[in-house]
Amino acid sequence: MQQIATAGAAKPEDRALAGVLSAYVVSATAWLLFATFIGVVLAYKFGAPDFAPGPYLTFGRLRPIHTNATFYGFASIALVGLAYYVAVRSCRTALYSVRLAWTGLWLFNIAAVAGTVALDLGFSAGDLEYREWPWPVRLVFLAALMVTAWNLLFTVARRNTHDIYLSNWYTMGGVLWTCIIAIVAILPWYQYGLGQVAVSGYYMHNAVGMWFTPLALGIFYYALPKLLSRPIYSYALGVFAFWTNLVFYPIIGAHHFLFSPLPWWLQTTAIVFSVAMLVPVLGGSANFLLTMRGRFGELHHSYPLFFIFIGVVGYLVGSTQGTVEAFRSLQAVWHLTNFTVGHSHLTMYGFVTFAIWGGVYALLPVATGKQPGQLGLALHFWMAVVGSFIYVISLSIGGTIQGLDWVRGLPFIQSVVDMQPFYIWRGIGGVLMFLSHLVFAWNVWRMTYGRGAAALPPVPAFADEEAA
Amino acid sequence: MKKLLLIAGGSTLVYAGLALLMGVLPGIMLSQTPPGPGVKPLTPLEAEGRAIYVANGCSYCHTQQVRPLAQDKVFGRPSAPGDFAYQTPELLGSERTGPDLTNIGARQPSAVWQYIHLYNPRAVVPESIMPSFSWMFAVVAKAPEGVSPVPVPKAFAPAKGVVVPTHEAEALLAYLMSLKQTPLPGADQMSASALPQPAPAAAAAGTAATGYDPAKGKALFSANCAVCHQESGEGLPGAFPPLKGNKAVNDDDATQHIHAVLHGVEGVVIDGVHYDSQMPPFADTLSDAEIADIIDYERSSWGNHGKPVTAKDVAAVRAKGK
Repeated sequence: MQQIATAGAAKPEDRALAGVLSAYVVSATAWLLFATFIGVVLAYKFGAPDFAPGPYLTFGRLRPIHTNATFYGFASIALVGLAYYVAVRSCRTALYSVRLAWTGLWLFNIAAVAGTVALDLGFSAGDLEYREWPWPVRLVFLAALMVTAWNLLFTVARRNTHDIYLSNWYTMGGVLWTCIIAIVAILPWYQYGLGQVAVSGYYMHNAVGMWFTPLALGIFYYALPKLLSRPIYSYALGVFAFWTNLVFYPIIGAHHFLFSPLPWWLQTTAIVFSVAMLVPVLGGSANFLLTMRGRFGELHHSYPLFFIFIGVVGYLVGSTQGTVEAFRSLQAVWHLTNFTVGHSHLTMYGFVTFAIWGGVYALLPVATGKQPGQLGLALHFWMAVVGSFIYVISLSIGGTIQGLDWVRGLPFIQSVVDMQPFYIWRGIGGVLMFLSHLVFAWNVWRMTYGRGAAALPPVPAFADEEAA
Repeated sequence: MKKLLLIAGGSTLVYAGLALLMGVLPGIMLSQTPPGPGVKPLTPLEAEGRAIYVANGCSYCHTQQVRPLAQDKVFGRPSAPGDFAYQTPELLGSERTGPDLTNIGARQPSAVWQYIHLYNPRAVVPESIMPSFSWMFAVVAKAPEGVSPVPVPKAFAPAKGVVVPTHEAEALLAYLMSLKQTPLPGADQMSASALPQPAPAAAAAGTAATGYDPAKGKALFSANCAVCHQESGEGLPGAFPPLKGNKAVNDDDATQHIHAVLHGVEGVVIDGVHYDSQMPPFADTLSDAEIADIIDYERSSWGNHGKPVTAKDVAAVRAKGK
């Protein structure tokens, strides 16, 4: 498996790096297909609740399988693979340990497979959003994180550049912080009853905001300058966004439990810092968009750039929406409705997943020397964009109606009936998204083990690096 | 090396501090919240049922948190910190695709209804999109001694044999029945002071004392009564009595009708049919005016011709007590 692809001229360490990146991307793609197929089945069940009955295919077991496989199978594996590549290239060095990278990949996969099986058999740690896997499985995931942290840190430590490029701040930070998140979540002896609610609020948002966000931003900071052949608009702004993100984000978790019996001050603090999050979000987004200034016309020629552009817009819109949702007045209507589901897809899909795709299309062909076809890129891009647009818009409208039904004091079942058309639109959007993933898988195959569209000469190490 | 230490080490240190402050410390402190008055640990059977609830992900669609908001009033009083003392793992939930279950043991105490609903939700609520949990039931030729078969309506019942709950269903039912809020002095004031009530429309429902509003009556009936008596007023044969043509509903003296809605009934015989299931009382959850609206709706629908009642009549029966 390790001897992928690259043409004969490349050095062994380049080949090894290409092999690692390919394996991570292929593995992540398999999880994406699995997780989103489950997602489509779940969407279908909203219209046909008697479809696929029985314990192993019941909604309540498939739902956490979908979210966990997306988070810890697909997104985590893809982001770590890209983080390795970015670290090596931006530090003009070699990967500290290829073996550790492979070990990490195995551990991630073992955890995701074991977690999926456990949930399907009914071994859930509790219906605690994103930490449903039984604790031994989460220990395996923690081990994968620690291996990754070790490998990334030592790769950066052996850099041949003076500075540490900004991308690595985000990726190293993300991996290290997430080790802490995982430990806080696993330790059982201090979380009971309401105390566990507090930890759930903390965990739910930190697992997203201190893991997926920084790693996806790390991709933006590397791939965007690379694709445009110009430096990031403001390095200082990137550093500022890094520290503000670090300080504000961990505090906002309790906004998932507004109006709950959690202490009112904890909820209010979370709301205040949800507003403060606008600082790193607007700062970061502005930095990316200003880096692209005057070059938006190139979106038509470069799908990798287009993917990243959508990812930046998803980051800006999704995060700003998150701030707005945190206000008590709006939360009173939107909380517990499908609006939340729309929001989580806007961020995890519109932002993180598009960032991953942009990163994969920008970097993988350079590593392996193989290009995906233009038609494949176009099909993937447009189906994913249109599908997710339908998905998010339909659930946002439907969720608002659902919330207003409750406010108006209608019989509860009315909110179920009123959601029906929106569930159907969500299904249509979801199917388009899933189809786009099939095309993505085909593209990945062509960029890795299959036959590329047009062989590029693989870029030798250290060539034309942008590192500031 | 220094740079790496500053960025990776420094940020991790900052993060560890924040994680401690926002995750671990609140976790430790709030874990010591004492149980509220009357809040008891679960029995072994109830705990088993809770594990089944968790394993099948019920809380992805059903919350267990009543917010101090007007629209949540139908689910019970606002949840208090002491309610969660024995709730680990916590099941507050993040979505309400189905109704909140905080107080379901009080809101729907009928075991018969719960069993039919678990077996196939659409048998009692046609619009429901909840999955069927029929695997927690067995189909047998004849119910064993001492077990009453679940009276599943014909359209949803197996062609042959009768449906009986397995141990899993019994445990789950025991857990659902344990979900009862304990009375909390001052709960109403809490909801009023917490924030301005955003829903004048819903709040106003309780105040109108004069005149019968058919639309309001129908909505209240749908929300509170239809899951058993059905929108058609015909009930479910053998499980829930019909209101259509029901003697108490058409009787000029409405006392029995009002009494049933206020205080519930259990084990009644109607037209020679014995009904096992328990009807919940609505005295604590609905106002006199709301109950009068429901009763008038029942007395004027499906061909019924009962004499209408007013909130005053309800108040009179309420004053007499059980």
